Amino acid sequence: MATAQPTVTTRGKIFNRPTWTTGIGSWLTTVDHKRLGLLYICSAFLFMLLAAGEAGLIRLQLLTPTMKIVNPDHFNQLFTMHGVTMVFLAIMPLGIGLANYFVPLQIGARDLAFPRLNAFGYWIYALGGLMIYTSWFLGGAPDVGWFAYAPLTSLSHNPGLGVDFYMFGLFISGIGTTGTAMNLIVTIINMRAPGMTMMRVPVFTWMILIMSFMVIYAFPPLTIAFIEVILDRTFGTLFFVQEAGALPILWQHLFWIFGHPEVYIIILPAFGVISEIIPTFSRKSLFGYPVMILSGILIGFMGAAVWTHHMFTTGLGPVVNTAFSLTSFVIGIPTGIKIFNWLGTMWGGSIRFTTPIIYAIAFLITFTLGGITGIMLAMPTFDAQVHDTYFVVAHFHYVMGGGALLSYLGALYYWFPKMTGRMMSERLGKIAAVITVIGFHGIFFPQHIAGLLGMPRRIQTYPAGIGLELWNALSTMGSWLMGIGLILILINVIHGLTRGKRVGNDPWDARTLEWETSSPPPYYDFEVQPVVNSLDPLWARKHPDAMHVTPPAPDAGAKYDAGGVHIPGQSWYPFLASAAIMFGCYALMYDNFILAIVCGLFFIFTIFGWAFEGVGGHHVHFDGAKEHA
Amino acid sequence: MSAEASSHAASGAGAHPAPYRSSKLPDVKLLMWVFLASDTMFFGSLIGTYLAYRERSLVGPFPRDLFDIPLTTVSTFVLLMSSFLMVLSLHALRQNDIGKFRLWTAGVAFFGAIFLGFQVFEFTHFAHAGLSIHQNLFGTTFFILTGTHGVHVTVGVIWLVSLLITSYVRPMKAKDAVYLEIAGLYWHFVDIVWIVIFTVVYLVEFV
Repeated sequence: MATAQPTVTTRGKIFNRPTWTTGIGSWLTTVDHKRLGLLYICSAFLFMLLAAGEAGLIRLQLLTPTMKIVNPDHFNQLFTMHGVTMVFLAIMPLGIGLANYFVPLQIGARDLAFPRLNAFGYWIYALGGLMIYTSWFLGGAPDVGWFAYAPLTSLSHNPGLGVDFYMFGLFISGIGTTGTAMNLIVTIINMRAPGMTMMRVPVFTWMILIMSFMVIYAFPPLTIAFIEVILDRTFGTLFFVQEAGALPILWQHLFWIFGHPEVYIIILPAFGVISEIIPTFSRKSLFGYPVMILSGILIGFMGAAVWTHHMFTTGLGPVVNTAFSLTSFVIGIPTGIKIFNWLGTMWGGSIRFTTPIIYAIAFLITFTLGGITGIMLAMPTFDAQVHDTYFVVAHFHYVMGGGALLSYLGALYYWFPKMTGRMMSERLGKIAAVITVIGFHGIFFPQHIAGLLGMPRRIQTYPAGIGLELWNALSTMGSWLMGIGLILILINVIHGLTRGKRVGNDPWDARTLEWETSSPPPYYDFEVQPVVNSLDPLWARKHPDAMHVTPPAPDAGAKYDAGGVHIPGQSWYPFLASAAIMFGCYALMYDNFILAIVCGLFFIFTIFGWAFEGVGGHHVHFDGAKEHA
Repeated sequence: MSAEASSHAASGAGAHPAPYRSSKLPDVKLLMWVFLASDTMFFGSLIGTYLAYRERSLVGPFPRDLFDIPLTTVSTFVLLMSSFLMVLSLHALRQNDIGKFRLWTAGVAFFGAIFLGFQVFEFTHFAHAGLSIHQNLFGTTFFILTGTHGVHVTVGVIWLVSLLITSYVRPMKAKDAVYLEIAGLYWHFVDIVWIVIFTVVYLVEFV
């Protein structure tokens, strides 16, 4: 079915549009949402391995009291880079990568609305992430925690380049995230298949839409905060200089106005993934679809109104603390609704215990535990007791790791056959899943107790004889177990890529449109424009009686393809624009203003080149009609 | 359906109907609205910073020593009038009246440039009076906030001039009006932001 992608040359004004379909050039210039999705997913997994390695070193240092594996300076750098990498470079891009690949397929579109903007989003994220990692070789990584509180970041307190790498790297990768979120919003609103009303959009796509809106309102305050620190450090402004009367708490507000929505930016795609996996393997439609969507929207709104619960101990006063404590309790309600809807979906379903649903069940248990400690921490009185202890560490790892990471691992197993056309081993998958989940709880459950006993975060050691030895030793051993689980998953991925059983379009007997096209999908995604008249359109086609609908004829969408399928042209500009920004940031960091101006001019050149080369590309016709001009 | 595919370059594809869209809003216009939503938070954070640091400067010069309300009122008026010309320009392009479109677009860009001129004058004047980004919190927050707005106006002027030059290089028709319209949305937005800044930063000092 899949025809080779033809090469159609478009003459450019400065250079011809690239047309490679294989090799490194094809990846640097690609605008295909599936390729960019794969790039996102692979880069995110690579960063995740780095962050896991950093976490492994942290745990090794804490294995027994007064260990001397890493010194305090390196310990600071390790926990900073672990947090930054996991949040900004691994888990969030994993959600965006999955969105890139599967949102167009789920809504029956052929690409995102702005393919070159999508490519730009990926490259600026990847280059920004690489830039932060070069800090290890250029004078030391940032050592101020992932939240980088002022005035720790001021030039007088922190003269090294580490903080500059943090600020510039996250600043530019944030631009990419915002651009991609805008792109996803336009795609989901404008490019749904005919008949796919908003209340027929798959839950994963819905959660991506809500996540994207959260990105566009949450990232600008963070960007401003980064810019203010960059200006302070590079040009001598006074935004966070206390001697001039500045308020360091301003940073905390700007950071957490971003930081709390960020938690939901990370978890909403995971909710979406779980909402795809559970109905598929329970062979039952999702229980309470509209309530699921509405509770997601409620989370999107409420997520903006809880940030101060990260600042209960900064002395904002009882009124503020009470108000934000209440909103933090309220946001637990839509999340609880979701948990019960997933349970309701599984209830009475005929469940097939495949690897993805094992992850989904592990997610339900782990995330609920994280939610319960979340409700505990939403009480300012309790928060004041455990603030800055391992109890908080355990809580947010249960939410971010147990919530997001476990469901993304489930997503990997679920969508692997669609992305590669091959299955991963189910047997190895289940073994690895059980080991990973047990390892995960092994790491983080003892941390609750260590935290309640008073063990502080971000300290590289602890004395013997105060009751912390057992919990830390258990936690470190858990990290070894989880490491083994992750290695087994990697082996399974390699096994799947090389020897996995080849599969057809729909190996899981699934429900949504992405399973209607071939595995892996052809470069044009769908030969005929899909037309939809119900929720779960593929399930409706397979079981029209159960769904009480008459599915549209398979070629009902042909009339929408009268103009052919437009395949956008590849482009150098997104990559070049990202590279110009990255080198400009390096130049500013080293106070080389001439080079910075050159990079700025080159960036302006790429923007004009981008605008004037146009979308380009070619049309594909499947009716056998001859080429026409 | 035949699996055989034929393909051709998109450039000569005048006969092709536009692809199906599930909303009536063109993609680029929706993107601009979403961008402006995000930019609102961007300016909101900067204005929030300004307000948080208002009257916290330890040394002068202070806002009331420097602000010249009549002067800034004139530049605000010029910027507001540019928005009026923007509406005329879009209307002209929709009527396929390229001459008027060029006239009014040049007018918008010119008025924008006048506004920038006022800003340069104001910045130099303040700098002579001893205000700089290193001087006090007022200097830091004022220059960065109004400077960021000035950068937005500059981008708008470059954008409009680019559209103007493009209209001489290749024909511009009423169907291209959406590209002018999104530039207009951006321009009106930057105007509205200035009204907020003029009120919150300048006028409030003299209430």
